[in-house]
Amino acid sequence: MNKLLLDAKGLAVVAGTRMLFESLDLQVQRGELWCVLGANGCGKTTLLHTLAGLRAPRAGTLRLKGRPLAEWPPGELARQRGLLPQAQHDAFSTRVTDVVLLGRHPHLGRWAWESEHDRRLAAAALHAMDLDALADHDVTTLSGGERQRVGIAALLVQDPPLLLLDEPVAHLDLHHQVTVLDHLRRQARERGRAIVMSIHDLNLAARFATHALVIGPAGRLHQGPAESTMNEVVLSAAFGHPVAAERFGPRTVYVAD
Amino acid sequence: MARALRLWLMLAAAAAAAGLLALASGSVATPPGEVWRLLWQPDGSSASQVLHDLRLPRALAAFGVGGLLALAGALMQVLLRNPLADPYVLGVSGGASVGALLALMLVGSALAVQAGAFAGALATIVLVFALARRDLSRLDTTARLDSAPRLLLTGVMLAALWSALITVLLMLAPEARLRGMLFWLAGDLGGGDVGAWPLALLALVLVLAWPLARELNVLLRGAAAAQSLGVPVLRLRRIVYVLASLATAVAVTTGGAIGFVGLVVPHALRLLVGNDQRVLLPACALAGGTLLLLTDTIARTVVAPQQLPVGVITALLGVPTFIALLLGRGARR
Repeated sequence: MNKLLLDAKGLAVVAGTRMLFESLDLQVQRGELWCVLGANGCGKTTLLHTLAGLRAPRAGTLRLKGRPLAEWPPGELARQRGLLPQAQHDAFSTRVTDVVLLGRHPHLGRWAWESEHDRRLAAAALHAMDLDALADHDVTTLSGGERQRVGIAALLVQDPPLLLLDEPVAHLDLHHQVTVLDHLRRQARERGRAIVMSIHDLNLAARFATHALVIGPAGRLHQGPAESTMNEVVLSAAFGHPVAAERFGPRTVYVAD
Repeated sequence: MARALRLWLMLAAAAAAAGLLALASGSVATPPGEVWRLLWQPDGSSASQVLHDLRLPRALAAFGVGGLLALAGALMQVLLRNPLADPYVLGVSGGASVGALLALMLVGSALAVQAGAFAGALATIVLVFALARRDLSRLDTTARLDSAPRLLLTGVMLAALWSALITVLLMLAPEARLRGMLFWLAGDLGGGDVGAWPLALLALVLVLAWPLARELNVLLRGAAAAQSLGVPVLRLRRIVYVLASLATAVAVTTGGAIGFVGLVVPHALRLLVGNDQRVLLPACALAGGTLLLLTDTIARTVVAPQQLPVGVITALLGVPTFIALLLGRGARR
C-alpha cells in the first residue's frame, strides 16, 4: 500500500485578495497526525478547505493518491477524504443517529437506504465519541461540545483514509479533548489513516501530533516532526507572543508569557 | 423504509377519503355511494354534471395546489436552511399577485389573470436568480455566514417591493374590480378551469425531487459538510430553487396566494415523522393536497351559497393548529 496520501507542491492560498501563504510543499502519509498551528486569520481553515478540494488553490498542484484533486469525481473523493468544518449548525430537529448516518452518504447508491451494516458503523462511532446515551436525542438540543462530537462521529462513519478536521477539540471539555484526540491518533496508527487538523491548544498538539505545520506571520511556514518544529522561537513568532517550552516528565509543556 | 411506506399509504387513504367528501359536499349533497357510481358511470343527470363539471375539476385543482405548496415549502426550508421559510418567502407570490392584479384591473378575464400571475411569478424567479447569483453559482465554504441569509434577504426585499406595488394597484383599482382583487389576494380556487395541470406538475416535481432527497438531508448540514460528502451543492441548490419556484408559480397561478399550507404542512410532518426528506417529500405532497382539499370544501360550503376564499380558512385553521403543535412539543421537553 502506497503510504503517501496527500501531496501538495507550491501551493498558494488566498482569502479574498489577501495572500495567506505561497509555495507550501506538504506531504501527508498514512499513519501521520498533522497539527496546523497559527494565529487567528492565518489561513488554517482556508488551507483545510483547499486540501479538501472545496476551493481551488491560487497556484500549485494538489494530488490525492497521486491523482490531481480536481480530477476526482465528488462521490469518489468523499470516500477518500472527509472534512469536519468549524462550528456546524443544525436548523432542524434531527435524531443524533440520523445525523451521524449522513456520513454514509458517499457509500450509498442513489436509491439505497442505510443498511444494518451502516447502522452498526454509526453505533460504533457514537460509542467512540461517548455519545451512546444521546443517540436518540434531538441534535438541536445538544451542547456545543456534544454537537462537535456528533460531527466527528459522522466523519468516522464516512470512513475516508484522509481526515481533515477544523478545530476538532473546540468546545470539548478536558476529558473529551483527550479521549477524542486519542481515538483519532489510534485511527492513524492502527487503521493507517492520515489526519490533518487545526488546533489552538499547543499542549494537546504536542502530545498527539506526529507532525506540525506552523503558519507564521506573513505566511512564513515551518513544518516537520512535531517535536522539533514546535519550538519556542517558531511558536513565539507565529503567535506574536512569547511562548516558553518546559519539560514536564516525558512531555513538553508550553506556557504563554 | 417500511415505516415510510406505511405513512404514505395512510396519507393516501386520508386523501381518498377527503376527495370523496369534497365530491359529495356542496349546495346539493350527493351520498358518497352515489358519488362513487357517478364518478365511473356519468349518467347525464344534474348531479352527474355538477360532479364532473364543477366538483371534480375543483377537487383535483385543490389537491394539486395544496400538494405543490407543501412540497415547495419543504424544499424552500431545506434550500434556505430556515424552518420559517415558506413557498412565498422569495417573493414569488408577490410577483404573481402584481401580475394577476394588473390583469384583473386591465383585462378581467380568468385566462388573463392566470397568464398575468404566471408571468409575474416567472419574472420574480428570474430576478431572484439573477440577484442571488453569488449564492446559486459560487460556493464559498469558508465564509463565516452560510450564504442562505443573503438569498433569503434578497427574496424578502423583493417581496416588500411587490407588496408596495400591490398597495398601489389596490388604490388605483376601480371600485367594481376591488372585490375580485381582494379575493384573489386571499387565495381562492374558484377561478378559471385549470384541469389536472397542478396535479400533473405535482407528480413531476415529486418525481424529480425525491431522488435528491438524501442529498437534501446532507445539504442541511451546511455547504462545507455537504460538498465534502460528495454532494454537488451548487447544482443541487439551483435544481431545488427552480423546482420549488415552479411549483409555487403554478400553485399561485391556480389558487392565488393561499397561505400557511406551505409552512404548516412540512413542519407538522417533521414534528410527527422526523426530518428525513425521503419520507417527508412524498408525505408533504399527500398531506398538503388533503389539507387544501378539506379546507376548500369548508370554504365553499360553510356559508353557502356564499363562498369564502380558501386562504382565509387555511389561516384560521392552520395558525392555531400550528401553535398547538409547537407548544405541545415544547412542553414534552
